[in-house]
Amino acid sequence: MSNGVRVRRGPLLEGVRKFGVTGIFLARLLAACVRALARPGLIVAQIFNAGGRSLIIIMLSGLFTGMVLGLLGQDVLARFDAETALGQLAALALLKQLGPVLTGLLFAGRAGTALTSEIGLMKATDQLTAMEVMAVDPMAYVAAPRFLGGVIAMPLLAAIFNVIGLFGAHLIGVDLLGVDRGTFWSQTQSAVGLHDVTEGIVKSVVFGVVISLIAVSEGYHCEPTAEGVGLATTRTVVASSVLTLLLDYVLTAAFL
Amino acid sequence: MSGAADLQRAPAAPADDAVVEVRDAHYSIDGRPIFAGLDITVRRGLITAVMGPSGTGKTTLLRLITGQVFADRGQVSVFGRDIASLSNSEIYAARRRMGMLFQNGALLTDIDVFDNVAFPVREHTNLPESVIRSLVLTKLEAVGLRGAARLMPSELSGGMARRVALARAIVMDPEVLLYDEPFVGLDPISLGMILRLIRHMNQALGITSVVVSHDVQELATIADRSYLLSGGRVVAAGTPQDLAKSDSETVHQFMTGSAEGPVKFHYPAPDYASQLLGADAG
Repeated sequence: MSNGVRVRRGPLLEGVRKFGVTGIFLARLLAACVRALARPGLIVAQIFNAGGRSLIIIMLSGLFTGMVLGLLGQDVLARFDAETALGQLAALALLKQLGPVLTGLLFAGRAGTALTSEIGLMKATDQLTAMEVMAVDPMAYVAAPRFLGGVIAMPLLAAIFNVIGLFGAHLIGVDLLGVDRGTFWSQTQSAVGLHDVTEGIVKSVVFGVVISLIAVSEGYHCEPTAEGVGLATTRTVVASSVLTLLLDYVLTAAFL
Repeated sequence: MSGAADLQRAPAAPADDAVVEVRDAHYSIDGRPIFAGLDITVRRGLITAVMGPSGTGKTTLLRLITGQVFADRGQVSVFGRDIASLSNSEIYAARRRMGMLFQNGALLTDIDVFDNVAFPVREHTNLPESVIRSLVLTKLEAVGLRGAARLMPSELSGGMARRVALARAIVMDPEVLLYDEPFVGLDPISLGMILRLIRHMNQALGITSVVVSHDVQELATIADRSYLLSGGRVVAAGTPQDLAKSDSETVHQFMTGSAEGPVKFHYPAPDYASQLLGADAG
């Protein structure tokens, strides 16, 4: 600031700065996570906050996504007389792409925003400062349990999304449109390999880390005002959604 | 500013009974100087008042004392040690010997009143829950809110929240209590109670107190020693009676609450008449 170098603050510089801030924050957060592990109660509470409270929206979205898959899959595959491949299509689409990505986007909107605004408001009302003065590290007490809660909840939510999605595809494709039940499941079983499951799990863990990190970091670094908390919440949704989609491409390419 | 220098009786060497020593502290935020050579001594067992107009960095002073920020130049010593030279864990150890009352209470909003007061005890000790319970209830009784133990912070009025925060600040029996604007927005009953509590904790428990405030009248009744800040330095120091008798213009203006004087009430602006007449379109 006072080193004599004046750089015009453009969006690029701001982006680089943000990246650096978040990187340093991640290092501090991971150090705090080690200490936070000694307080499993706090983490469990945050798994419930991030995961339990997102269950309904994840299950509903999973069901509808699966139903659309069943409808669309049956329609398109029937044109090639291949509607028996519906199970395969639905399972692979959900496991590899739709499960982790849609869960990530919904998680960012539901749990990420809640995390950012909660931590931001704690900051705006001096709660984080009060903890520091009481010699309690807010990184270990507030940030780390919320981060860990998000990281643990996200893959679980994606798994639930996949199961309900597959059920939705089955409901429409098999029960409504008459695809053969036995073929549906046998195709699913033969097509899905460990490799596909791993891809889905890796993606959902990575998205969980990225979204939770952004959400906690934005809350921790926001301007401690009503406007600042609002802006930080918006940034959480935008940044974590874009990064989720970007990283989905990178990971998909990596798993090919 | 110069007229007040004679009032300031800063000792040449650090006194033995000084709990907090601020020596020639300089501090600025984003290039805006807050302190330019601040000298303050807080003696053990006394109530030290720090007064000053809004924006003179009274809250920043508390942040310096608790080691949340460090002076750019000069020294801030707490319990005899330069806080800037302490490691993180040593700063945390020093903070455990202090209690701080925030202006808005700063209660943790996701837990109830009882758990808020119990929070520092649970974090720093392994006391059994039964001991914590009686400890917390004793402190809540002292601030008259034992009956509110199971309320959530959102259900409290501003004055109640500050009393809970006070109970939380004293629950670990600190050696030093820092009060950030404890009198703002209190009804007369709560105000009288807070004043009595500050004095009681000082006299009965020997707690050293630093009260940061601009309520001159309230401070005059309890403070053993007062500092008046303006322009980033101490412009006057002494007992409240000394300050009331001071012939310094700044001190006089502050003690009497006049808009005219060395401390400008108006934020710098172009000439009023010419701006109204549109000569300056800003």
